[in-house]
Amino acid sequence: MNQIPNSLRAGPDANGHFGAYGGRFVAETLMPLVLSLEQAYEAAKKDPAFHEELSGLLTHYVGRESPLYFAERLTAHLGGPKIYLKREDLNHTGAHKINNCLGQILLARRMGKTRIIAETGAGQHGVATATVAARFGLPCTIYMGEVDIERQKPNVFRMRLLGAEVRSVSSGSRTLKDATNEALRDWVANVHDTFYIIGSVVGPHPYPAMVRDFQTVIGNETRAQMLDREKRLPDLVVACVGGGSNAAGMFHPFLDDTGVEIHGVEAAGDGVDTPRHAATLSKGSPGVLHGARSYLLQDGDGQILEAHSISAGLDYPGIGPEHSWLKDMGRVKYYSVTDQEALDGFMLLSKLEGIIPALEPAHAIAHVCKVAGQMKKDDIIAICLSGRGDKDIFSVAEKLGEKL
Amino acid sequence: MSRLSAKFAALKKEGRAAFVPFITAGDPDMETSFAILEKLPSCGADIIELGMPFTDPMADGPAVQASSVRALKSGATLAKVLKMVEKFRKADKTTPIVLMGYYNTVHAHGTARFAKDVAAAGVDGLIVVDLPIEEDEVLRVPAHAQGVDLIRFVTPTTDDARLKRIVADASGYLYYVSVAGVTGTKSVPEDEVRAAMARVRAVTDLPCTVGFGIRTQEQAAAIALLADGVVVGSAIVGQVAANLNAGKDKVIAEVLDLTRALAGSTHAARHGKVPA
Ligand SMILES: Cc1ncc(COP(=O)(O)O)c(C=O)c1O
Repeated sequence: MNQIPNSLRAGPDANGHFGAYGGRFVAETLMPLVLSLEQAYEAAKKDPAFHEELSGLLTHYVGRESPLYFAERLTAHLGGPKIYLKREDLNHTGAHKINNCLGQILLARRMGKTRIIAETGAGQHGVATATVAARFGLPCTIYMGEVDIERQKPNVFRMRLLGAEVRSVSSGSRTLKDATNEALRDWVANVHDTFYIIGSVVGPHPYPAMVRDFQTVIGNETRAQMLDREKRLPDLVVACVGGGSNAAGMFHPFLDDTGVEIHGVEAAGDGVDTPRHAATLSKGSPGVLHGARSYLLQDGDGQILEAHSISAGLDYPGIGPEHSWLKDMGRVKYYSVTDQEALDGFMLLSKLEGIIPALEPAHAIAHVCKVAGQMKKDDIIAICLSGRGDKDIFSVAEKLGEKL
Repeated sequence: MSRLSAKFAALKKEGRAAFVPFITAGDPDMETSFAILEKLPSCGADIIELGMPFTDPMADGPAVQASSVRALKSGATLAKVLKMVEKFRKADKTTPIVLMGYYNTVHAHGTARFAKDVAAAGVDGLIVVDLPIEEDEVLRVPAHAQGVDLIRFVTPTTDDARLKRIVADASGYLYYVSVAGVTGTKSVPEDEVRAAMARVRAVTDLPCTVGFGIRTQEQAAAIALLADGVVVGSAIVGQVAANLNAGKDKVIAEVLDLTRALAGSTHAARHGKVPA
């Protein structure tokens, strides 16, 4: 990769800082592990055998590359720019999460770790982790908040079918944040044999950079596919942002393309002017949680606030540090979309394109519905369709007042 | 001389280990928790670790997590915690107080302002669980300028090279985390602590306390033979939980009884002898 000296793609620095964000804020017991993970990752990055194995698995196990699909009827419906969907929903296990899990489990094997743990919100990362753990024959424990276990039942069962142990977390808000706390507690107690596969671009360095790197396959493919199809780059790239991994992977290859506008879409829950939302960048302030400095939903005393979203995967009061940096710098603009708007986006894509999206990328769809009108007819938008909606049909049915 | 140095110097003269109880400020409410704090020294506490409650205590086990929840429910804030220390300090000029918590509490207050405000309240040291040496300069330097020590951790995963870096900028004392894990879940492994103390003593003259797996009088006595201080947290805040239904007075009495017992064992352990 040719990196121009002042490339926005060069971060983080040696200590894992993206400007004022990132870093390694973990207990001393974990520090040696975090440092050895960084070493192992740096070594793997330079090892062609590692890339070859990963790329083989991405092709033959995940089914990459994923299509860049021209959403003809959605385009017509919105009457404006051409809309393309990057079909991460077609990946094995139904979301982008597997791209990262494969990279990390290969690292775990290189490091000689024999046990896998992970946190999960929507269950997509849990399923992807359980999947790669099964594929490589490693025992696996997934932490999941009680609330999420209730609203993502199909994924809980899938994880169990895959041989994972799902541990229910009943502390705090009983969602993704608390599952992450429990996974960190497990890790610190099992430092010798356990590899923690973090599911998004969060956590202590090197996780935010490493997870981004593993997800950058999304943006790299999108960029090449777009150049192939349209002979030019898109005008706007859009992705939903929970922790920010599908967005980081989608955005990264476009960061230095000044002609490409980039939008991240957060979950506004009941609305950003209510207390029930997960719009960390829009409404939060910088703080330190789960190993990194980044924007957070917190009160004046630094107590973490509970996030709320219909989408379990976006229901997190933090965000990856690189997104905080990109926001402050203004390179990426972050917007938010309410539960209701996301539901509308979910229904719209299902009916117009025959694609039932996950509730997370339904936020990205909803955002595009809002901005398409302000764009030109020959503009091009690329949306990361980060996952499929099978896991969400129960929550959507409930929201629509239907009993399955 | 700082209160911490004076305390460790005095303990050394007496040839005994420090007993260091941990309580969470505001658990189960500000008033009860102050009543406990106030009496800890007379029950044998040489140094007090005072927890600043946090919503997401990642390094803590169920007992300390629950104490944080109780404190936050009762309305504990940093301002109230500092008021509590201030009030304590008016009556007690010698017992060091070390605030223990998570970095976001410090960060939200602003590190420089935090250092100033805790010093003004009469705090002697800070233990910030999620602030490793790679990141601690932002707090260590302003705290030190105010005469407040940032206490650094040594753990079972710390190798010799890292240990050297840890002690290089350490002050006050060191905190040896005796088990890889969260607070209150595993038992202290004596042989490993003995070996760790030898490694620590080979590179620094700073006192070293041990905590994270000590619950019983027997354990406290055993660790008192090896280390400069014995920290007990989960067992103590566990007494708050266990006696809540019986009322505030019972909570105070049971916490102080346990403190007396553990401090007694800690202090008697060496019979005036410095360990080899
Ligand atoms: C389909 C899908 N998209 C997006 C997300 C949000 O995560 P991130 O922001 O890391 O991509 C999730 C998380 O569970 C998900 O399942």
